[in-house]
Amino acid sequence: MVKHHLPDEILMAYSAGTLPEAFNLVVATHVSLSDESRARLDTYDTLGGAVLESTDSVMMSDGSLEATLAMIGDAGVVPPIREDHAPGIFPAPLQDYVGGDLDAVKWRPVGMGVKQAILKTSRDASVRLLNIPSGVAMPDHGHHGTEMTLVLQGAFEDEVDRFTRGDVEIADEDLHHTPVAIGDEDCICLAASDARLKFNALLPRLVQPFLRI
Amino acid sequence: MLDSQEANWVALIERIKTHQDQTAFAVLFRFFAPKIKGFLMKSGASESLAEECAQEAMATLWRKAHLFDPSRASVATWVFTIARNKKIDMLRKQQRPEPEDLPWGPEAEPDQADVIELQEESERLSHALASLPDKQRSLVEKAYFGDMTHSQIATETGLPLGTIKSRIRLALERLRHEMR
Repeated sequence: MVKHHLPDEILMAYSAGTLPEAFNLVVATHVSLSDESRARLDTYDTLGGAVLESTDSVMMSDGSLEATLAMIGDAGVVPPIREDHAPGIFPAPLQDYVGGDLDAVKWRPVGMGVKQAILKTSRDASVRLLNIPSGVAMPDHGHHGTEMTLVLQGAFEDEVDRFTRGDVEIADEDLHHTPVAIGDEDCICLAASDARLKFNALLPRLVQPFLRI
Repeated sequence: MLDSQEANWVALIERIKTHQDQTAFAVLFRFFAPKIKGFLMKSGASESLAEECAQEAMATLWRKAHLFDPSRASVATWVFTIARNKKIDMLRKQQRPEPEDLPWGPEAEPDQADVIELQEESERLSHALASLPDKQRSLVEKAYFGDMTHSQIATETGLPLGTIKSRIRLALERLRHEMR
Protein backbone atom coordinates (compact mmCIF):
# COMPACT_ATOMS: atom_id res chain seq x y z
CA MET A 1 0.00 0.00 0.00
CA VAL A 2 1.62 3.23 -1.14
CA LYS A 3 1.69 5.83 1.61
CA HIS A 4 3.91 8.60 0.26
CA HIS A 5 2.48 10.00 -2.97
CA LEU A 6 3.73 12.72 -5.24
CA PRO A 7 2.60 16.26 -4.42
CA ASP A 8 0.08 17.95 -6.72
CA GLU A 9 2.52 20.41 -8.22
CA ILE A 10 4.77 17.61 -9.47
CA LEU A 11 1.86 15.69 -10.99
CA MET A 12 0.61 18.87 -12.60
CA ALA A 13 4.05 19.62 -14.05
CA TYR A 14 4.24 16.06 -15.39
CA SER A 15 0.79 16.48 -16.93
CA ALA A 16 1.82 19.82 -18.44
CA GLY A 17 4.98 18.22 -19.79
CA THR A 18 7.37 20.70 -18.19
CA LEU A 19 9.54 18.34 -16.11
CA PRO A 20 12.95 17.05 -17.21
CA GLU A 21 12.92 13.52 -18.64
CA ALA A 22 14.66 12.08 -15.54
CA PHE A 23 11.81 13.25 -13.28
CA ASN A 24 9.20 12.13 -15.81
CA LEU A 25 10.58 8.61 -15.48
CA VAL A 26 10.24 8.63 -11.68
CA VAL A 27 6.70 10.05 -11.94
CA ALA A 28 5.59 7.52 -14.57
CA THR A 29 7.04 4.66 -12.51
CA HIS A 30 5.42 5.88 -9.28
CA VAL A 31 2.02 6.43 -10.95
CA SER A 32 2.21 2.85 -12.25
CA LEU A 33 2.25 1.76 -8.59
CA SER A 34 -0.22 4.22 -7.07
CA ASP A 35 -3.92 4.51 -7.92
CA GLU A 36 -4.13 7.64 -5.81
CA SER A 37 -1.48 9.42 -7.87
CA ARG A 38 -2.98 8.06 -11.10
CA ALA A 39 -6.35 9.55 -10.22
CA ARG A 40 -4.78 12.91 -9.45
CA LEU A 41 -2.73 12.79 -12.65
CA ASP A 42 -5.86 12.06 -14.73
CA THR A 43 -7.44 15.05 -13.04
CA TYR A 44 -4.62 17.29 -14.20
CA ASP A 45 -4.85 15.89 -17.72
CA THR A 46 -8.56 16.78 -17.63
CA LEU A 47 -7.65 20.30 -16.57
CA GLY A 48 -5.10 20.41 -19.40
CA GLY A 49 -7.88 19.49 -21.81
CA ALA A 50 -10.01 22.32 -20.46
CA VAL A 51 -7.10 24.75 -20.91
CA LEU A 52 -6.56 23.55 -24.48
CA GLU A 53 -10.25 24.02 -25.25
CA SER A 54 -10.25 27.55 -23.92
CA THR A 55 -7.04 28.60 -25.67
CA ASP A 56 -7.44 31.17 -28.45
CA SER A 57 -7.34 29.45 -31.82
CA VAL A 58 -4.63 30.32 -34.31
CA MET A 59 -5.66 29.75 -37.91
CA MET A 60 -4.04 26.80 -39.63
CA SER A 61 -2.33 27.40 -42.98
CA ASP A 62 -4.15 26.81 -46.27
CA GLY A 63 -4.32 23.18 -47.23
CA SER A 64 -3.38 21.96 -43.75
CA LEU A 65 -6.28 19.50 -43.56
CA GLU A 66 -5.36 18.00 -46.93
CA ALA A 67 -1.71 17.84 -45.86
CA THR A 68 -2.67 16.01 -42.68
CA LEU A 69 -4.92 13.57 -44.52
CA ALA A 70 -2.04 12.91 -46.91
CA MET A 71 0.24 12.30 -43.92
CA ILE A 72 -2.26 9.79 -42.58
CA GLY A 73 -2.43 8.31 -46.07
CA ASP A 74 -2.18 4.59 -46.05
CA ALA A 75 -0.09 4.52 -42.88
CA GLY A 76 -3.26 3.16 -41.31
CA VAL A 77 -3.95 2.77 -37.63
CA VAL A 78 -1.53 2.18 -34.82
CA PRO A 79 -2.06 -1.32 -33.48
CA PRO A 80 -2.77 -1.52 -29.75
CA ILE A 81 0.58 -1.46 -28.01
CA ARG A 82 0.95 -4.65 -26.07
CA GLU A 83 4.68 -4.76 -25.66
CA ASP A 84 5.60 -7.63 -23.49
CA HIS A 85 7.26 -6.60 -20.32
CA ALA A 86 8.70 -9.34 -18.21
CA PRO A 87 6.84 -9.69 -14.93
CA GLY A 88 9.15 -8.33 -12.26
CA ILE A 89 9.68 -5.49 -9.85
CA PHE A 90 10.06 -2.73 -12.46
CA PRO A 91 6.87 -1.21 -13.90
CA ALA A 92 6.77 -0.92 -17.71
CA PRO A 93 8.17 2.63 -18.11
CA LEU A 94 11.25 1.73 -16.09
CA GLN A 95 11.73 -1.53 -17.96
CA ASP A 96 11.77 0.49 -21.18
CA TYR A 97 14.75 2.50 -19.89
CA VAL A 98 16.61 -0.43 -18.35
CA GLY A 99 15.94 -2.78 -21.24
CA GLY A 100 14.37 -5.35 -18.93
CA ASP A 101 13.75 -6.02 -15.28
CA LEU A 102 16.17 -6.17 -12.34
CA ASP A 103 18.40 -8.82 -13.95
CA ALA A 104 19.07 -6.51 -16.91
CA VAL A 105 20.55 -3.70 -14.78
CA LYS A 106 24.24 -2.97 -15.34
CA TRP A 107 25.31 -2.16 -11.80
CA ARG A 108 28.52 -0.42 -10.78
CA PRO A 109 29.78 -0.56 -7.20
CA VAL A 110 30.17 2.83 -5.54
CA GLY A 111 31.45 1.76 -2.12
CA MET A 112 30.03 0.42 1.16
CA GLY A 113 28.23 -2.28 -0.76
CA VAL A 114 26.11 0.29 -2.58
CA LYS A 115 25.63 -0.20 -6.33
CA GLN A 116 24.22 2.18 -8.88
CA ALA A 117 23.23 2.31 -12.52
CA ILE A 118 22.77 5.64 -14.26
CA LEU A 119 19.98 5.63 -16.84
CA LYS A 120 20.28 7.63 -20.03
CA THR A 121 18.02 10.68 -20.17
CA SER A 122 18.26 14.30 -21.26
CA ARG A 123 21.01 16.23 -19.49
CA ASP A 124 18.86 18.76 -17.57
CA ALA A 125 18.56 16.22 -14.74
CA SER A 126 19.80 12.74 -13.97
CA VAL A 127 18.24 9.50 -12.81
CA ARG A 128 19.81 6.37 -11.40
CA LEU A 129 18.95 3.06 -9.84
CA LEU A 130 20.49 2.47 -6.44
CA ASN A 131 20.93 -0.84 -4.65
CA ILE A 132 21.63 -0.33 -0.94
CA PRO A 133 22.26 -3.33 1.33
CA SER A 134 20.05 -3.44 4.41
CA GLY A 135 21.59 -1.55 7.31
CA VAL A 136 23.73 0.68 5.11
CA ALA A 137 23.23 4.42 5.27
CA MET A 138 23.59 6.75 2.34
CA PRO A 139 26.00 9.57 3.21
CA ASP A 140 24.39 12.53 4.96
CA HIS A 141 23.76 15.11 2.32
CA GLY A 142 21.95 18.33 1.58
CA HIS A 143 20.50 19.28 -1.78
CA HIS A 144 21.11 22.08 -4.23
CA GLY A 145 18.00 21.33 -6.17
CA THR A 146 15.24 18.77 -6.04
CA GLU A 147 15.76 15.07 -5.50
CA MET A 148 13.03 12.48 -5.96
CA THR A 149 13.53 8.97 -4.60
CA LEU A 150 11.13 6.11 -5.35
CA VAL A 151 11.39 2.74 -3.59
CA LEU A 152 11.04 -0.35 -5.80
CA GLN A 153 12.14 -3.07 -3.39
CA GLY A 154 12.84 -3.23 0.32
CA ALA A 155 12.60 -0.06 2.37
CA PHE A 156 14.53 2.88 3.71
CA GLU A 157 14.06 5.08 6.70
CA ASP A 158 15.21 8.61 7.41
CA GLU A 159 14.40 11.52 9.72
CA VAL A 160 11.11 12.00 7.87
CA ASP A 161 9.55 8.53 7.81
CA ARG A 162 9.79 4.99 6.53
CA PHE A 163 9.46 4.39 2.78
CA THR A 164 8.48 1.12 1.08
CA ARG A 165 7.66 -0.02 -2.47
CA GLY A 166 5.83 2.68 -4.42
CA ASP A 167 6.58 5.38 -1.86
CA VAL A 168 8.37 8.46 -3.10
CA GLU A 169 10.29 11.06 -1.10
CA ILE A 170 10.92 14.56 -2.37
CA ALA A 171 13.94 16.31 -0.90
CA ASP A 172 14.92 19.89 -1.52
CA GLU A 173 17.50 22.35 -0.23
CA ASP A 174 16.00 22.41 3.25
CA LEU A 175 16.14 18.70 3.94
CA HIS A 176 19.31 17.21 5.37
CA HIS A 177 18.49 13.56 5.77
CA THR A 178 20.28 10.27 6.25
CA PRO A 179 18.38 7.47 4.56
CA VAL A 180 19.20 4.00 5.90
CA ALA A 181 18.14 0.82 4.11
CA ILE A 182 16.11 -1.42 6.43
CA GLY A 183 14.46 -4.81 6.30
CA ASP A 184 15.38 -8.24 4.99
CA GLU A 185 16.37 -7.43 1.44
CA ASP A 186 18.48 -4.84 -0.36
CA CYS A 187 16.70 -1.55 -0.88
CA ILE A 188 16.38 -0.72 -4.58
CA CYS A 189 15.45 2.85 -5.43
CA LEU A 190 14.99 5.00 -8.49
CA ALA A 191 16.37 8.46 -7.74
CA ALA A 192 16.30 11.59 -9.89
CA SER A 193 17.98 14.90 -9.11
CA ASP A 194 18.33 18.18 -10.92
CA ALA A 195 21.58 19.21 -9.29
CA ARG A 196 24.58 17.49 -7.83
CA LEU A 197 23.99 16.61 -4.22
CA LYS A 198 26.00 18.53 -1.67
CA PHE A 199 27.48 16.07 0.75
CA ASN A 200 28.16 17.37 4.23
CA ALA A 201 31.02 15.16 5.30
CA LEU A 202 34.46 15.49 3.79
CA LEU A 203 34.92 11.93 2.60
CA PRO A 204 31.69 11.65 0.70
CA ARG A 205 32.51 14.99 -0.93
CA LEU A 206 35.69 13.44 -2.31
CA VAL A 207 33.72 10.44 -3.41
CA GLN A 208 31.07 12.51 -5.10
CA PRO A 209 32.78 12.85 -8.53
CA PHE A 210 32.84 9.06 -8.79
CA LEU A 211 29.25 8.71 -7.66
CA ARG A 212 28.15 11.27 -10.23
CA ILE A 213 25.25 12.25 -8.04
CA MET B 1 -28.48 12.60 -21.90
CA LEU B 2 -25.45 14.32 -23.27
CA ASP B 3 -26.68 17.20 -25.36
CA SER B 4 -23.27 18.66 -25.67
CA GLN B 5 -20.56 19.23 -28.14
CA GLU B 6 -18.64 16.59 -26.21
CA ALA B 7 -21.14 13.83 -27.09
CA ASN B 8 -20.85 14.96 -30.68
CA TRP B 9 -17.05 14.71 -30.59
CA VAL B 10 -17.15 11.24 -29.08
CA ALA B 11 -19.45 10.20 -31.95
CA LEU B 12 -17.05 11.70 -34.49
CA ILE B 13 -14.13 9.71 -33.11
CA GLU B 14 -16.31 6.62 -33.24
CA ARG B 15 -16.90 7.29 -36.95
CA ILE B 16 -13.15 7.59 -37.58
CA LYS B 17 -12.62 4.38 -35.68
CA THR B 18 -15.27 2.31 -37.42
CA HIS B 19 -15.54 3.92 -40.87
CA GLN B 20 -12.26 5.82 -41.38
CA ASP B 21 -14.62 8.75 -41.93
CA GLN B 22 -12.67 11.75 -43.32
CA THR B 23 -15.67 14.08 -42.96
CA ALA B 24 -15.81 13.35 -39.23
CA PHE B 25 -12.06 13.94 -39.05
CA ALA B 26 -12.42 17.27 -40.84
CA VAL B 27 -14.89 18.50 -38.20
CA LEU B 28 -12.52 17.59 -35.37
CA PHE B 29 -9.59 19.06 -37.29
CA ARG B 30 -11.30 22.42 -37.81
CA PHE B 31 -11.92 22.78 -34.10
CA PHE B 32 -8.87 21.20 -32.50
CA ALA B 33 -5.97 21.88 -34.90
CA PRO B 34 -6.16 25.69 -34.43
CA LYS B 35 -6.50 25.16 -30.66
CA ILE B 36 -3.38 22.99 -30.59
CA LYS B 37 -1.53 25.52 -32.72
CA GLY B 38 -2.51 28.35 -30.36
CA PHE B 39 -1.60 26.28 -27.34
CA LEU B 40 1.85 25.42 -28.72
CA MET B 41 2.59 29.01 -29.71
CA LYS B 42 1.79 30.09 -26.16
CA SER B 43 4.20 27.37 -25.03
CA GLY B 44 6.97 29.05 -26.99
CA ALA B 45 6.82 27.32 -30.37
CA SER B 46 7.29 29.31 -33.58
CA GLU B 47 4.26 29.49 -35.87
CA SER B 48 5.71 27.04 -38.37
CA LEU B 49 6.68 24.51 -35.72
CA ALA B 50 3.27 24.85 -34.02
CA GLU B 51 1.57 24.27 -37.37
CA GLU B 52 3.65 21.16 -38.07
CA CYS B 53 3.10 19.88 -34.54
CA ALA B 54 -0.67 20.44 -34.75
CA GLN B 55 -0.86 18.51 -38.03
CA GLU B 56 1.15 15.66 -36.56
CA ALA B 57 -1.00 15.60 -33.42
CA MET B 58 -4.17 15.39 -35.53
CA ALA B 59 -2.65 12.59 -37.62
CA THR B 60 -1.95 10.76 -34.35
CA LEU B 61 -5.58 11.27 -33.33
CA TRP B 62 -6.65 9.46 -36.50
CA ARG B 63 -4.20 6.62 -36.04
CA LYS B 64 -5.05 6.10 -32.38
CA ALA B 65 -8.81 6.63 -32.64
CA HIS B 66 -9.39 2.97 -31.76
CA LEU B 67 -7.52 3.46 -28.48
CA PHE B 68 -9.76 6.30 -27.29
CA ASP B 69 -11.88 5.31 -24.29
CA PRO B 70 -14.61 7.86 -23.51
CA SER B 71 -15.10 6.45 -20.01
CA ARG B 72 -11.53 7.42 -19.11
CA ALA B 73 -11.07 10.80 -20.78
CA SER B 74 -13.01 13.47 -22.61
CA VAL B 75 -12.03 14.13 -26.23
CA ALA B 76 -10.41 17.45 -25.22
CA THR B 77 -8.40 15.67 -22.50
CA TRP B 78 -7.25 13.05 -24.97
CA VAL B 79 -6.30 15.61 -27.60
CA PHE B 80 -4.43 17.56 -24.94
CA THR B 81 -2.31 14.51 -24.01
CA ILE B 82 -1.52 13.85 -27.69
CA ALA B 83 -0.55 17.50 -28.27
CA ARG B 84 1.54 17.60 -25.10
CA ASN B 85 3.47 14.51 -26.12
CA LYS B 86 4.10 15.98 -29.58
CA LYS B 87 5.32 19.14 -27.90
CA ILE B 88 7.85 17.22 -25.77
CA ASP B 89 8.90 15.20 -28.76
CA MET B 90 9.30 18.10 -31.21
CA LEU B 91 10.22 21.07 -29.01
CA ARG B 92 12.43 19.34 -26.50
CA LYS B 93 13.45 16.25 -28.45
CA GLN B 94 12.83 14.05 -25.46
CA GLN B 95 11.05 10.80 -24.88
CA ARG B 96 8.13 10.84 -22.50
CA PRO B 97 7.89 7.83 -20.20
CA GLU B 98 4.20 7.01 -19.63
CA PRO B 99 2.67 5.11 -16.71
CA GLU B 100 2.01 1.43 -17.22
CA ASP B 101 -1.40 0.74 -18.70
CA LEU B 102 -3.91 -0.71 -16.32
CA PRO B 103 -5.07 -4.22 -17.05
CA TRP B 104 -8.52 -3.16 -18.28
CA GLY B 105 -9.43 -6.63 -19.38
CA PRO B 106 -10.17 -7.93 -22.87
CA GLU B 107 -11.91 -5.35 -25.06
CA ALA B 108 -14.11 -4.09 -22.27
CA GLU B 109 -16.85 -1.89 -23.71
CA PRO B 110 -17.01 1.35 -21.74
CA ASP B 111 -20.02 1.65 -19.50
CA GLN B 112 -22.37 4.34 -20.86
CA ALA B 113 -23.12 5.73 -17.40
CA ASP B 114 -19.38 6.10 -16.74
CA VAL B 115 -18.94 7.86 -20.08
CA ILE B 116 -21.69 10.34 -19.35
CA GLU B 117 -20.55 11.06 -15.81
CA LEU B 118 -16.97 11.63 -16.94
CA GLN B 119 -18.06 14.00 -19.72
CA GLU B 120 -20.27 15.91 -17.29
CA GLU B 121 -17.48 16.30 -14.77
CA SER B 122 -15.07 17.39 -17.51
CA GLU B 123 -17.54 19.98 -18.74
CA ARG B 124 -18.16 21.20 -15.24
CA LEU B 125 -14.43 21.70 -14.88
CA SER B 126 -14.29 23.57 -18.20
CA HIS B 127 -17.09 25.89 -17.12
CA ALA B 128 -15.44 26.40 -13.75
CA LEU B 129 -12.17 27.29 -15.47
CA ALA B 130 -13.95 29.69 -17.79
CA SER B 131 -15.69 31.46 -14.94
CA LEU B 132 -12.54 32.04 -12.89
CA PRO B 133 -11.36 35.61 -12.48
CA ASP B 134 -8.81 36.48 -15.22
CA LYS B 135 -5.84 36.47 -12.86
CA GLN B 136 -6.51 33.00 -11.55
CA ARG B 137 -7.34 31.57 -14.92
CA SER B 138 -4.10 32.82 -16.37
CA LEU B 139 -2.27 31.22 -13.44
CA VAL B 140 -3.64 27.83 -14.42
CA GLU B 141 -3.00 28.40 -18.12
CA LYS B 142 0.56 29.43 -17.50
CA ALA B 143 1.23 26.21 -15.63
CA TYR B 144 0.27 24.30 -18.78
CA PHE B 145 2.07 26.61 -21.18
CA GLY B 146 5.13 25.96 -19.06
CA ASP B 147 6.19 29.44 -18.02
CA MET B 148 5.71 29.39 -14.28
CA THR B 149 6.29 27.18 -11.30
CA HIS B 150 3.00 26.03 -9.92
CA SER B 151 1.82 25.53 -6.43
CA GLN B 152 -1.55 25.10 -4.86
CA ILE B 153 -3.43 25.97 -8.02
CA ALA B 154 -6.43 24.08 -6.72
CA THR B 155 -6.51 25.82 -3.35
CA GLU B 156 -5.84 29.26 -4.79
CA THR B 157 -8.44 28.96 -7.50
CA GLY B 158 -11.08 26.78 -5.87
CA LEU B 159 -11.47 24.68 -9.02
CA PRO B 160 -13.55 21.52 -8.44
CA LEU B 161 -10.60 19.17 -8.91
CA GLY B 162 -11.55 17.16 -5.84
CA THR B 163 -14.74 15.73 -7.31
CA ILE B 164 -13.04 14.57 -10.51
CA LYS B 165 -10.30 13.01 -8.46
CA SER B 166 -12.74 11.10 -6.26
CA ARG B 167 -14.70 9.99 -9.30
CA ILE B 168 -11.62 8.63 -11.03
CA ARG B 169 -10.43 7.07 -7.79
CA LEU B 170 -13.81 5.40 -7.33
CA ALA B 171 -13.80 4.12 -10.90
CA LEU B 172 -10.34 2.61 -10.36
CA GLU B 173 -11.41 0.93 -7.15
CA ARG B 174 -14.54 -0.47 -8.74
CA LEU B 175 -12.52 -1.70 -11.65
CA ARG B 176 -10.00 -3.46 -9.45
CA HIS B 177 -12.88 -4.99 -7.53
CA GLU B 178 -14.53 -6.26 -10.71
CA MET B 179 -11.26 -7.67 -11.98
CA ARG B 180 -10.99 -9.98 -9.01
